[in-house]
This record gives sequence, structure tokens and C-alpha cells, in this order.
Amino acid sequence: MRKAQTMKRVLAGLAAATLAVTGLAGCSDDDSSSSSTTDGDSEVTEEGKVLNIYCWNEEFKSRLTDHYADYEEVDSTTGTIGDVTVVWNITPSDDNAYQDNLDATLLEQADADDDDKIDIFLVEADYALKYVDTDYTMSVSDLGLTDDELSEQYQYTKDVMTDSDGVLKGVSWQACPGVLFYNREVAKEVLGTDDPEEVQAYVSDWDTFNETAATLKEAGYTITSTVNDTYRVYSNNVTSKWVEDGEINIDDNIVAWVEDSKALVDAGYTGTSDLWSDDWSAGFYPEGNVFCYFGPAWLVNFSMAADTEGSIGYEGNWGACEGPQGFYWGGTWICAAAGTDNETLVADIMRTLTCDADVMTEIVEADDDFVNNQSAMEALAESDYSSDILGGQNPLSMYCANAGSIDLSNTSIYDQGCTEEFQAAMKNYFEGNATYEEALDLFYTAIQEKYPELTVPEE
Amino acid sequence: MKTKRRGKVVRYNKWGYIFLIPFTAAFVIFQLIPLITTIYNSFFENYMSGLNQIGPTFVGLDNYKSLFSSGDIWTYAKNTMIMWIMCFIPQIVLSLLLGSWFSDVQLRLRGSRFFKAVIYLPNLIMASAFAMLFFTLFSDNGPINSLLMQIGFIDEPYKFLSHTWSARGLIAFMNCLMWFGNTTILLMAGMMGIDTSLFEAAQVDGANSRQVFWRITMPLLRPILVYVMITSLIGGLQLFDVPQILTNGTGAPMRSTMTLIMYLNKHLYSKNYGMAGALSVVLFIISAVLSLIVFRMVGSESRGEAKKWKKAKTTTK
Repeated sequence: MRKAQTMKRVLAGLAAATLAVTGLAGCSDDDSSSSSTTDGDSEVTEEGKVLNIYCWNEEFKSRLTDHYADYEEVDSTTGTIGDVTVVWNITPSDDNAYQDNLDATLLEQADADDDDKIDIFLVEADYALKYVDTDYTMSVSDLGLTDDELSEQYQYTKDVMTDSDGVLKGVSWQACPGVLFYNREVAKEVLGTDDPEEVQAYVSDWDTFNETAATLKEAGYTITSTVNDTYRVYSNNVTSKWVEDGEINIDDNIVAWVEDSKALVDAGYTGTSDLWSDDWSAGFYPEGNVFCYFGPAWLVNFSMAADTEGSIGYEGNWGACEGPQGFYWGGTWICAAAGTDNETLVADIMRTLTCDADVMTEIVEADDDFVNNQSAMEALAESDYSSDILGGQNPLSMYCANAGSIDLSNTSIYDQGCTEEFQAAMKNYFEGNATYEEALDLFYTAIQEKYPELTVPEE
Repeated sequence: MKTKRRGKVVRYNKWGYIFLIPFTAAFVIFQLIPLITTIYNSFFENYMSGLNQIGPTFVGLDNYKSLFSSGDIWTYAKNTMIMWIMCFIPQIVLSLLLGSWFSDVQLRLRGSRFFKAVIYLPNLIMASAFAMLFFTLFSDNGPINSLLMQIGFIDEPYKFLSHTWSARGLIAFMNCLMWFGNTTILLMAGMMGIDTSLFEAAQVDGANSRQVFWRITMPLLRPILVYVMITSLIGGLQLFDVPQILTNGTGAPMRSTMTLIMYLNKHLYSKNYGMAGALSVVLFIISAVLSLIVFRMVGSESRGEAKKWKKAKTTTK
């Protein structure tokens, strides 16, 4: 009996505790809703006290810390802007972890407490449309940013974030136009010159590019490290989308990449390794015997071992020229999540980092970033800015020229998956393990696994 | 009277059931319920397209139909079995050899404890770390290739991961390396459980070590061998981590190293519970059938053996 009684008491206690907790939670909900209803009319600007930011690395955080005046860092995952607490939720993008985490939270957004709602999240171009083309992102004009304020931004950075109804859903402080980086020593030895304009003549279009590859091969060099180096240059210049009306579509320019690449691989002019692999990065050093890489400023500045003694970048032996076609690689866009309770603050962050020419010039000078402001960049292109890694060259005018020529109207929400699977499937064709048709079938199979709703074109 | 006595019996049984509760509860919550929901899910179209949920809509057996109509599942089943066999045969040979050496008292091997620990060590490394290590070692410009080139064995780097059989061979080799220690220890335990008087009697009768191994050790080791084979087979069907990391999930070249579980993992990108469920059900059936076949086959043999043994015993008496 005594046992039963204590049991009862424990149960009663538990029940009471649960009631108390739910009651409290209920109270706090009531409080917030009542205050917002009562204050609603008088104080429209009353906003949330917590700003939740979702991103995949420290880059945006350091930009905000260094260039947004009111931001005070508290510790590695929190900061303050005025009386608003900034909470960073950083998930690395490896293995899709960032998107999985973001998706799960966004799907709960409508039911979340105001302080738990995502206010800002960052996206990359490859999967931007997945978020832009939904109601989970807010229109930039609803936040109060005018077309006039955005006029200095490069058009392609706006194309990426424009949804199917033509509404702009996000902005970026940076642009990542790419150029061709060539090894000056090799250029002097094989082409007889390392002058950017003269080297450009050898790579001005794909036919001359491929002819130059033959010349380089005779001297013992590969023109690029891998076929995937040129992929983005082709894929940024397509005239149709990866998916048209629910059917997978291979653009002619993508086919051209396959044909050109296969010829290069068969002739031994380039390799087939994956980007970021050790085999790919071997060409950052003279022993790698690689003539050129394609990439934006961040590639040569931060990713090509410029700090390591003996690398080409360390010796200042890279040169830059425009290459066959304009393209871009990478970039981070700021999106406002629908349902945010910090609209004014989000708008102000966007305005400061992506529209304020002074702040943006400061970013270039402090961080070597290429910012998304045409007049600021053109002014710097005329200045005495020079790059040690590029042997004292000022490459900004080339970046500017390429940035203006990028056309990104042909993007779809499936781009990331299609790009990854297409490169993986075609590797089999390049290495002689499959015919083009077999590799294409493999690509269709892989895409239908990732996106079951898509159909394969009939032959 | 009768009822009273039965009551006593039941009360003793009660403890048996009570002790079974933790296992049963864990089994029901973590195995049975997921199994049933998997089967249930396999009849629905249910996946995410970007941020949009498609379904769940009841589609009957459509998932199974599309699973079998493409025929891919058989390719992946074949790949899995090929890699398992490539791994299992050298592994069992190596383990039997090492096991019989370590358990042989006459050899008086020095430091056998040390070596027992050493051969088990590869199993302690995470499979993913192990796969990363091999990926680096066997990359196109990796140390193995430069070694082979320096001794003049090859002139150009051999792309280990771009050829079907070298890629499969690497995966089988890694699995073999990771699991042979475990198998050796299991077999050794079985061998040490054999009555030493049998070995001594054989020696008195003039049997050489090969005869002792084939006529005494092997027959008496059969139950352990069956156990090792079944667990290895089930483990082999679930082969995933090593090829997934080594080929970056592509199953390159041309999906010739794509295993069934890697195929399952592909469907989880779009959270396609319908197709993944159907595949899981098929996998469940395959492994159940395979286990039954092996169990029956070897089980009946050992029963027959036992009968013979009995007969022999009685006749010698």
C-alpha cells in the first residue's frame, strides 16, 4: 500500500510539473501575442530581440564583424547589434548537411516561436533557386531596398536570385567573375611570352585553346589539371536550362564540353581527377606541369597554396587573362527568411553590405574580396591595386569585363544535382569505361534517383 | 491441488518472462516497428522535391515495379556478392591458417598475444578513415603509384579507382584487412574448444599435421564456421561505408562498385521513403533467404555428421 501511495504521489507530482511547464509556456505565448496585438498599431517598428542567421562557414560572420559598425561580438556563436542578440547557426555544407538542416528548420518556420524563427540564411548559386522559387524567402523590395539602390550590383548576381515571377529574393556583397590563371614560366617557355594580352591570343576561344593544348603537350605540360576545370566556363554560357518542363535537358554547350574534354583527355592534354582532389591541386606547384586554372579571385588568393614556399603563387608566377568565355564560380547570397521578426535590421544589413560603396571598397581593401559594386570595382581597376601572386598585375579590369558578360538567366532548381552527377557520369566516358550513351544513361539514372519527379527525354 | 502446483510453476516462469522484457522491448521498438513501417512506407509515393513534399499517395506495388523494371537492383546485388566473395575467401583462408598456428600448442609461437592484438587492430579504425587512407594511397599521383613507377614496374600512373577490378579488389582487400582479425579470433576460440586429447590421439596414431587439420580441426569447427559465414554474409550484404567513401558515393567506374546499401542511400537524397522502403524490403527478403539457405545446408550436414559420429562411437564400443 505504501508503495502504491508513493507511486501515486510521484505521478501527481509529475502531472503537476507538466501542467506548470505547459502553463508557463502557454503564458509566454499569450504574453507575446497580446503585446503584439496591443502594441501593433502604435509601435509598428517593435521587432524581435533575436536575429537567427543560418550559414555554412565563418565568412559572412567576419564580414559582419569587420564592416557592420553596430555589430559587437560576444562569443564565437553569438553577437549583438544594439539590443538585438545575433545567433549564428553554422553547419558545414559537406554532404548536404547545411541544406538538410536549413530545410528542416524552414519547414517548421511557420510554427516556430518568433525568437526561434530563421531571420537570415545564406545560399550558394548552385542551389539558390531551390529556396528563391518558394515562399520561404522574402522579396528584397518588400524589405525596402529599391531598384535604384541595387543598380550598382552586377546583373548576374541578381539573375541568380530572381524567381520564376521575376521577383528578386536575395542580394550578395560579392561577385565572383572568373578568369584564366596561367603559369608564367610555362607561357614564356612554350608560347614565348608571359604578357597577358599576348597569352590571351592563344586561349581566346575554344578552338585556339585546344590547339594550344597540343603545343603544350609537346613540351610536356597539360593545359588544365582536369576536364572539370573548364566545366563552369561552358556551363555558365548555356542557352537552355538543365530541366525544361520537367524533362532533363542537355544543353548544346554542355555537349560541347563533353566533346572537347574527351578529345583533350584522349590526346593526353588533361586529366580526369575531381576538383579539390590532391591530383587536381598538384598543378599549384611547378612540378605539377599544369599550364592554367580557371577561377575567380578567391581561388588564386586563398586556395592555390600561395602561402606555401615553392608554389607558383608564392613565387608570384601566375598571370591572369580573360580566357575563352566569361564565367563565375562561387559566391554567397543573403536571403531574408519569410516570417522574420527583424525586417528592418535584415534590410539594414543587406543595404550596408551590398549597396554601400564605401563599406564595399573597405571590404576589397581589407579582405581582397571582389565586391558586387560596378563603379567601385571599376574605380579600383583604374587604381594602382596590384596582386603579388599575379606578379604585380592588376587583374580587376578583366574581372570587371567578365562579370558584365555573365548571363545567368538559364538556371533551374536542379543545377547542383545535375552538375555533380553529370561530371561523375562523364568521367566514365572520358576514362574509356563507357560510351557517351552509356554515360548519359548513367546520368539519367542518377538524376532520377535524386529528383524522382523528372523525366528522361525520349530518343 | 493441481491448480496450486501449476501456480508455482508459473511463478517460476514469470522471472523468465521478466528477464526477457528488456530484449523484447528493445526488439519491438527498434526492430519490429521500424520493419513494419518500412513495409508500410514501401506502398506509398512519398518524397521531397526541393522544399515541397510530394505525397504520401498510395501507389500499391508501383515502387517494386519500378525497382525491378530498371534491372539496376540485380547489378548492384551482383556487385555486392562479387565483392563479398572476393573478400571472404582470402579472409577465411588467412584466418584458418593464423587460427591454427596460434592455437597449436606444439608450435610454441612467441608473442602470440601481441600478434593477436595486432591483427585485430585494423578493425578498430573507422571504416571511413580507413577508406580515406586508401583513397590517398592509391590516388593517381599517390605514394603507391610513385613507388611502382620508381621501381620501374609501370611507366604511367595506374588509375586504381578507374578500373572495375582494381576498384573492387581494393574494396575487398580493405574489408578483408579489417575483418580477418575478428574472424581469426572467433575461429581460434572454436579451435581451442576442441578436446586436446583428440589431437594427441591422432598424433599417437601417426597422423601428420595436415591430416589433423582436415580430419579433426575442420569437422569439429563447422558450427563456428557456419556462424562466421552467416555473420559475414549479412555484413557483406550491408557493405556500404568503404565503397561509399572510396568512390565518393558514385560507385565508379560505371557503378561497378555500387552496393545495394549505396543504392538505398541514393534514394535518401530526396527523402524518397517509398522507393527506399521497397528496396529495404527486398534486401530484408534476400538476406533472410540467404541466411536460411546457408543455415539449412550446413545445419543438415552437421546433423548428418553427428549421426555418423554417434554410429562410429557405438560401433567402436
